[in-house]
Parts: sequence; structure tokens; C-alpha cells
Amino acid sequence: MSLVEIEKLRLSIGDTPILNGVDLTVDKGEILGLVGESGSGKSMTALTLMRLLPQASETTGRVIFDGRDILAANEDEMCRLRGDEVGMVFQEPMTALNPVHPIGRQVAEGIRWHTGSNRADAENAARRMLDRVGLPESRFPLTRYPHELSGGQRQRVVIAIACALNPKLLIADEPTTALDVVLQKQILDLLKDLVDERGMGLLLISHDLAVVTEMADRVAIMRRGEILETGETTRTLSEQVHPYTRQLAQASMHVPQRTEKGARPRTRASSPLLSVEGVTRDYSGRRTGFLSRERPFRAVDHVSFEMGRGQSVALVGRSGCGKSTLARMILALDAPTSGDIKLKGETVIGRGEAELRPLRRDMQVVFQDPYGSFNPRHTVERLVAEPLHLLDEKPSPADRRERVAAALREVGLAPADMAKYPHEFSGGQRQRLSIARALITRPALIVADEPVSALDVSIRAQILDLFAELNSRLGVAYLFITHDLTVARAITDDVMVMHEGSIVESGRTADVLDNPRSEAARALVEAAPDLHRAMARRLVQSG
Amino acid sequence: MIAFLLRRAGIGLLTLVLASIVVFSVMEILPGDPARLMLGMNATPEAVESLRNQMGLNQPVPIRYLDWIGGLLVGDFGRSYTYSSPVIDLIAERASVSLPLALISLALSTAIAIPVGLFAASRRGRVSDTLSMGAAQVGVAIPNFWFALILVYVFAVWLRLLPAGGFPGWGGGIWPGVRALVLPSVALALPQAAILARVTRSALLEVLGEDYIRTARAKGMPRRIVLWRHALRNAMIPVLTIMGLQFAFLLAGTIIIENVFYLPGLGRLIFQAITQRDLIVVEGVVILLVATIVLINILVDVAYAIVDPRLRAR
Amino acid sequence: MSTVEVEAAPESFGDFLRKAFASRSFLIGFAITLVVAATAFVSLFWTPYDITNLVVADRMKPVSAEHWFGTDHFGRDILSMIMVGSRTSIAVAIVAVVVGVGLGVPLGCWAAARGGAVDDALMRFNDLVFAFPALLTAIMITSIFGPGAVNAIIAIGIFNIPVFARVARAGALALWPREYVLAARAAGKNAARITVEHILPNITSMLLVQATIQFALGILAEASLSYLGLGAQPPMTSWGRMLFDAQTRMVVAPHLALFPGMAIVVTVLGLNLLGDGLRDVLDPRLRRER
Repeated sequence: MSLVEIEKLRLSIGDTPILNGVDLTVDKGEILGLVGESGSGKSMTALTLMRLLPQASETTGRVIFDGRDILAANEDEMCRLRGDEVGMVFQEPMTALNPVHPIGRQVAEGIRWHTGSNRADAENAARRMLDRVGLPESRFPLTRYPHELSGGQRQRVVIAIACALNPKLLIADEPTTALDVVLQKQILDLLKDLVDERGMGLLLISHDLAVVTEMADRVAIMRRGEILETGETTRTLSEQVHPYTRQLAQASMHVPQRTEKGARPRTRASSPLLSVEGVTRDYSGRRTGFLSRERPFRAVDHVSFEMGRGQSVALVGRSGCGKSTLARMILALDAPTSGDIKLKGETVIGRGEAELRPLRRDMQVVFQDPYGSFNPRHTVERLVAEPLHLLDEKPSPADRRERVAAALREVGLAPADMAKYPHEFSGGQRQRLSIARALITRPALIVADEPVSALDVSIRAQILDLFAELNSRLGVAYLFITHDLTVARAITDDVMVMHEGSIVESGRTADVLDNPRSEAARALVEAAPDLHRAMARRLVQSG
Repeated sequence: MIAFLLRRAGIGLLTLVLASIVVFSVMEILPGDPARLMLGMNATPEAVESLRNQMGLNQPVPIRYLDWIGGLLVGDFGRSYTYSSPVIDLIAERASVSLPLALISLALSTAIAIPVGLFAASRRGRVSDTLSMGAAQVGVAIPNFWFALILVYVFAVWLRLLPAGGFPGWGGGIWPGVRALVLPSVALALPQAAILARVTRSALLEVLGEDYIRTARAKGMPRRIVLWRHALRNAMIPVLTIMGLQFAFLLAGTIIIENVFYLPGLGRLIFQAITQRDLIVVEGVVILLVATIVLINILVDVAYAIVDPRLRAR
Repeated sequence: MSTVEVEAAPESFGDFLRKAFASRSFLIGFAITLVVAATAFVSLFWTPYDITNLVVADRMKPVSAEHWFGTDHFGRDILSMIMVGSRTSIAVAIVAVVVGVGLGVPLGCWAAARGGAVDDALMRFNDLVFAFPALLTAIMITSIFGPGAVNAIIAIGIFNIPVFARVARAGALALWPREYVLAARAAGKNAARITVEHILPNITSMLLVQATIQFALGILAEASLSYLGLGAQPPMTSWGRMLFDAQTRMVVAPHLALFPGMAIVVTVLGLNLLGDGLRDVLDPRLRRER
């Protein structure tokens, strides 16, 4: 008998159907990877198992955990089960811990509740558990508060809470999505070790096929509240029986066609499009007293580089390495503490908004969040036309509409879309709108800050294709800010690796990513999930 | 935490200095010569002039401001010309009515509001939640002085259970004094309790939607324990903020209630002083109330720091 | 990926109406507010009795078929008085809100856009105003500058300024780091233009909710001032003024105080419900469930 048996599980919240007959099993000690794009119902399946669903939820079907009927259990029975026999790790470590209780108490709380042990014993158990997840008491006393820990450390505390009583099943819902790749690797390794060592079953929920391939014994592919396919991981992903599985796998490994890839002449010799010279950005420290402040924090430290026309460059690094700050300074949205930034030989530093206008025409921006980058109250026409403000002569309404229509066509949208509002578009379409907005002044440079990391894999592949095509067709140069090496590999000629405010390595993308020389670059490359490599490794392991 | 509190205290001090300048300037631009008011209309110009000299009214404005501040610091609030006694004595006497009134009201309002808020939040969406919050919604809309009139009519005029007004003083023991304060403090407290109950409930509901509540539930903790141990303390910040504001409001809200009940408190003192242009009394009481509010704000900040370790770290 | 069903803010006016009419608070609040506003409007042309006509023979009559709410100490019909008095109460509260929005919102937006010293100065100004008990200051202003509706508006409006400045500042500060504002900056728009095009439209709903709250508080404040004899002066009347006249006659004629007070309670209740409903509909952050 399996540890978890889910049969014909249906769930609706209010009038909205969420799950339409989910069938799933998890065996004792097995890692099951549950994969699907956003909105597929993965998280809701997990919350049903815990019976932590939103208030207006209605469920039918059968959910059996270790011989017990979960859907029929009352709240007291569920309380005994949760935390003791089933533990859960969530996506967002920054908010998953109670800010007003020290971490030791948060780990010990569940232990005391379930075992009825006294405070000292529970704290000892908590101490051992925190030590096991990599937070030894010598450096992380039990009296630490969550705000004194980083995101990765907090996720370790959440794992300690979930695993404190050796549950039979651990549910991990996108446990590393909010972390950068290096931390992701560490947390996944920890989870795998704990599961092996304690014989726990693991239900690992992820949108990332590579992560699941690295970890899972079996994989279940989910879409629109249904399980499409389940099976042994490598076989399912190599045979790709279900068309959706194939679609997901191909999108994950997608590399856009780039006509001139590698053939584009290096333009260093001629005058560079963008030159960054010794740029440094300090943030003043937090105020600690009347006159005292903390030491200033150096986000960007003497960075220099050049970019040629039409060149596509990736700036990669871990979260907090200063890459977004650098991007904002290049876009003249933030001023460097020292150093100079020149676009087409003219400095962007210290200019008033009016003097910046001719330069701004030549550099535009695409942001990460397709939902946050548009004013929800404006029409597409108004949104896409916004940079036309930079033209010296205000275009006539007819001319403006003509330009918007052209930009929309450029990114694969219809001119008729210009009367709509942003909420009428999907995430991928909004990212197209973002690109249309960036293109409308025909800039020489587009700075894109994590432009595809909020998108599902299949959409991501389409947007990468669009970027590649525009680069070939219009000759626009890109500076891609990303933590995702797959993206860097797919559409850039050159790559710069940033670490703690400095650029520690740069060169041809393929060279750097295949043979990283600096430690920071090596750590990134090793930690980056890659479906090809993961599959190869699994195939070798299983012989 | 010390740095955080010092900074808050510094801001409070700055506010107090600015407020004293504002109060002094307002009194300065008002018409009326204190010396003439004190001596009456029949006084000779010479007598007025000599009193003006004696009171320092002929000195330049900055010097007089500093004199005034210097006096405040050593407890010299000046002399009232309508009561012919030192302002500090008047304040002390009147505060013995107003301070107990404000404290009883605050205690009453807190004792009603927090349990009701907790109850409603824990039974969210059910009939009992809807009813208690409906009642609170009505409570918020009731003007306290009108509520006071109704209370007087019901409990004093009709049922004859409690006095309709006046204050016997604390000389005859505690009980008669407390009896006189029952209706005024209920009139002050209930509308405040309604506000506080609504704030408590919505703060709790906001917190109950946080991720760490789900973490606690995933640990197996029952709803009841989660509410007490994890939600309540996090919900205290907005509740404390409102309580601080309410104490400030209660101090000033006594002006009207003391009028309704003919209580000889600070509120009546300042109201009469304003109407009689006894500016020295007005100045003294206003600056005292401002200082109290500033002090309460600092105390609320201390309370924040006790509740939330993130603030302690600063 | 979210496990929380967050309801989206309304996306169009039709959507807003659909959501608003599904909210019980909004419906009740809107209905009450509409009735109060309609009553005030009707009183411009018609009241059951002419309140300038004093009928001493009918003074302090209790509730009857002729005078639904009875008559006052001059024999005036209380229902008619309440209808006429609503105009003063509403007008004072609305103008005080307009004063607060008109001065507070630009201040708050300016502080959020500029940051630094401007922002610090605004915050200190707010601290300063909030350090004075509002009612006390209002009493001082009306008593020193003379009692009357105009001075009551000033006294109430002054305290609305920092309230709206604070709300506008908080809303604007949350919007400035948004990507669409950054995109507008990358499009070369200056702070004033961004504030008008991107900030203001997106903080309107917060301001609207705050306005209904301040409107309700304004009605209470006007009633307090008039009750102390510092608001509307005869021959003008207001609900607070009616209570001022009623207080000494409570023992013999409690209905003199009962009905104007209930008018205040109902109006403030209606506005608060309307505000709650608007908040539910426009700012769905608080409505998520788990």
C-alpha cells in the first residue's frame, strides 16, 4: 500500500473548479516530483493533503494517507497528523516564519505539542534539528529571530520545523523558487539528504523540470487540475509519451534560432555603444543613532565594461550582487557615487531630465514582472506610446497610432489590441507589450532585467525567440540581467559574471559558461539546473 | 533598541519645542492685554503699566518665550487672573478628576474591545461576528456627548441609579467619586471600544492571512493556539497605535463630557479659560496636554519595541 | 503559484459596480448616504413645516401624527429642523474634506516624489499637528476667531490636511518603485507628470475611502463644536446646534435630543459602511481568505 493515495480528487473554491479528478500516489521513502505551470493546481493538491485549503473550498474524491481518510478526518485528527506525520515546506522563506518568536521556539513548538515533552527536552530536540539543517548553535543560537537570518537560512529553519518529528511524508511546495541558484542547490541537497537519511516520502512541487529531474524518483505532470502523465522520471522525460510532456521538456531546453550567432563581428574597435567606466554605487548605512550611521554599503564596486552596437550581453550573478543597481544606473534611473557611463560617447551622469531626453531615446528597458510594469488604468495605446514623450516633436494622434501599431506588429500582437487594457492580456503577451514599448523609439540599446524569469517555460521560450529575432532583424543591442544561465546561453554573445558588486569574469558566453575560471562563475554554473545535464546524469546512474 | 528609542525621544522633544513655539505665538497674536484683564477696566494706566513691567510683558518676544519655557521647566505655569491662583495648582486640582476619568475610560474600552475583537476574528463570517461588528459599526457612529445625554436620561433621570452630574471630590472617600465618574467614563469608553474592537478584529484577520500562520498550522497547532500565540502578538502593533491615539483623544474628549456632567476637570477648566480669555491658563493646559501626547507616543514606541523584535534591533 | 486566492482590484467601472453591489456594507451604506443626501436636497425646496415660523403655542410637543419627531422650544417641527440642519452638517464636513484633500494630497505626493528633506519636513509637520488634541484646537480656533460655520470648517479642515498628506504619501511611496513608474522615468517623464499620470490615478481609491471616513468624522466634529455653541449660529441650524438647544431641556423633553442625535448616528453609520464597502471592493488586500 502506498503512503499517499489520491483518487479522483476534485476541488472547487466558490464556483471555480481547481482540481478535476487528480489521481496520484506517493510511496514510502519515495520522491515524487509534481510538475506543472502556474495555475495547474499543484499547490492546491498539496494543501488538500494538509487540509489547509481556503475557506470556501469543497472537495470530493478519496485522499488516503497511511491508511487514513484525510477528507473525512476531523480538525483534531488533522492537527495530530500535521507536523507529526506530514511536514510541509513553503515557497516564500521570508514570510514563512513568525517575526516575533525566536527560531528555537518555533522549532520546539511543534515538538512540544506533539510529544508532550517539557520545554528543555523540546529545545534540545530543536537544537539537534537546527544543527542538522546547517544552523549550528554556535553561530545560530536558538534565540535568533527570523529577521536576523537570510532567506536561505530561514528556509533551513522551515525545513527544521517540517522535519523535526521525522514525518512519513514531507511536502515541499516550490521550496527554492524564491532563492538564487546557488542557494537552491544547497537547499535541494539538504532535502535529498534528509529524505534519504530518515526514509521520508517527499512530494516535491516545482515548475522546473530540471530541478525535478535531479531529485525525483517518479514524476507527475499536471495541467489544468489534472494529472496528464506519471512515471519513472528519466523514462517519462526521455520518452515524452504525452504531447504536453514533450512540450514542457522542449520548452525547458529551448534555444532560439539566431541567424548571426557567433558570426557577429566584435565591435570593440569602433566606438562603443555603451561604456561604463569605474562605476561605484554606495548606499548610506542605516541610521543607528542621532549622528551615527552604519558603514555605507557598496552595491557596485568600480565596474568598467564596453558594449558594441547590436551586441547581446548577459550580466549574470546571484541575487544581491548589484546587477540590478548597475542596470538602473545605466538607464539613468539612479546616480553612481563615482565613475562615468557613456552612451554613444555622451555621458548620462549629472544631466537634468530635459538633457537626458536624446539619450533616453536610445536606451529603453524591459522589466521582469509582466503584471507590475504597466499602469493598470491606461490603454495599451497610451502605455506603448509612453516613450514617444522623448521625441522632440510630439507626433500627431494619427502618427502616434501608426507607430504603436507598428511596434505591436513587431512583437507579434495585433494593432487592434491598442484599445485594450493590460489586464486583458496574459503574462507572455504583456511581456510582448513591454518589448513593444521599449522598441517604439527605435533604441540602440535595450536593458532587460530578468525579462523571462516570471514566465512559465513554454511562454519563456516564445519570448526568448522574440528577443533573438529582434536582435537579428533590427540590430538592437541587449544587456540581459539574469540569474538564469540557460537564458544567458540561449541569446547572448558575451557574458559578464558579477559577484559582490564587481565583475569577476567576462568573455564569450559559451566559453565562460563551459569553462568558468572564477570561483563565483563556477558556483553559478555548477548550481544551475540544466535539464540536459540532469537527464544525462540520471541515465548514467540508472545504467 | 536604545538608539531607536533615543531617536524617537529626540523627535518627540523636537515636536514639543515646535509646539511650544506655536502655542506661544498664537497667544502672542491674540488681542487683549493680560495686565488690563487682570486689573479690570477701572485700573489706571499707571497701574496697568507697572503690572506689565512686573509680568515682563514689556520685554522682547524671544526673551518672554524663554522666560515662559524656563518657568514651565521648574513648574511655574504662571498665574490665572480669573481664578487668582497659580495655574499649576489649578491643573493639579483638576487633573485629579480628568486623569482618573481618562484612565478608567481607557481601561474600560480596552477590556471590552480586545475580547470582542478576538471573538469576532475567531468566528469570522458567522452570525456572531456579523452581529458584534454591526454593533461596533453603530458604536463608532455615536457621538459620545449625545450618548452621555441618553445615559443621563436613562440612569439618572429615569432610573435614578446614578448622579446626573457634578463631582463630590475625593475627600469623602473613593466610592462617591467613582460613582460620579461611572456614566462619564461609559459615555467616553463605548464609542472608543467600538473603534478598538474593529481595529483588533481587522488586524487579527490581516495577520491570520500571513504565511507564518500557515506554517504554524502545518506544524499541527490548532486554530485556537495559533490565534493566541501567533496572531495576537503580531496584531498588537495597530492595536497599540490606536490605543495611544485614544488616550490622547480621551484627554481632550473630556472637554465635552465634563461639560455634559458638570465635572470640574481639565477639560472644563480649559474650556472656561478659552471663553474667558484667561490665556495663561490656556497656554499652560495646552502645553501640558501636548507634552502628555508626546510622552504617550514615546511609550507606544517602547511598547512596539517590546512586541516586535525587528524594532528592538534598530 | 500562489496558494492564496487574492481577489483582483476592479478592472473597469462596470466591474466596480458589479463588485460593489455584491458588497452588503456598500449597499447599505450607499442607500443610507443617498437617503441623507436626498433629504438635504429636498429641504432646499420643501420641508413639512416652515422652520422660520415660530409657533409658541406648539412648543416642545411630543411625537404625534402632525409632528413625527415632535416640536422644539420655539414650536418648530423637529423633522423639518433635521432636514434643514443636515445641510449645514454635510456642507461643513464636505468642505473640510475638500480642504484636507486640496492641501494634503499635493503635499503628500510632493514629499513622496522628492524624498529627503522635504519628506522629513512633512513628517515633522504631521507629528506637530497630531501632537495637538484635535478637538481642543478646534475649540480654540472657533472660540478665538469667533463661533460660526466657516471657522468650524477651518478648524476641522486643518486636521484633515495631515491625514490626507499621510495617506497620499504612503500610497505614492509604495508606487514609486513600481516598474511602470520606472518605465515612465525611462521615458523621460518628470516627477510632476508621473505623479499626475501614474501616481494619482492609482491612489484615488485609497483617498476615496479615507474621504468617506473623514467626512463621517467631520460630521461628528461639527456636531461637537455646535454642541458647545461654537459651530453654526442661529438663525442657521445644524444637528449639533439642535443638541446644544436640547441639553438644558433634556429632563422635560428628551425627544429634543433623541432625533437629531439619531440623524447623526445614521448618517455617520451610512458613511462608515460606504467607506468599508469601498475598501472591500477597491482594496481587496484585506479580503483574502485561507
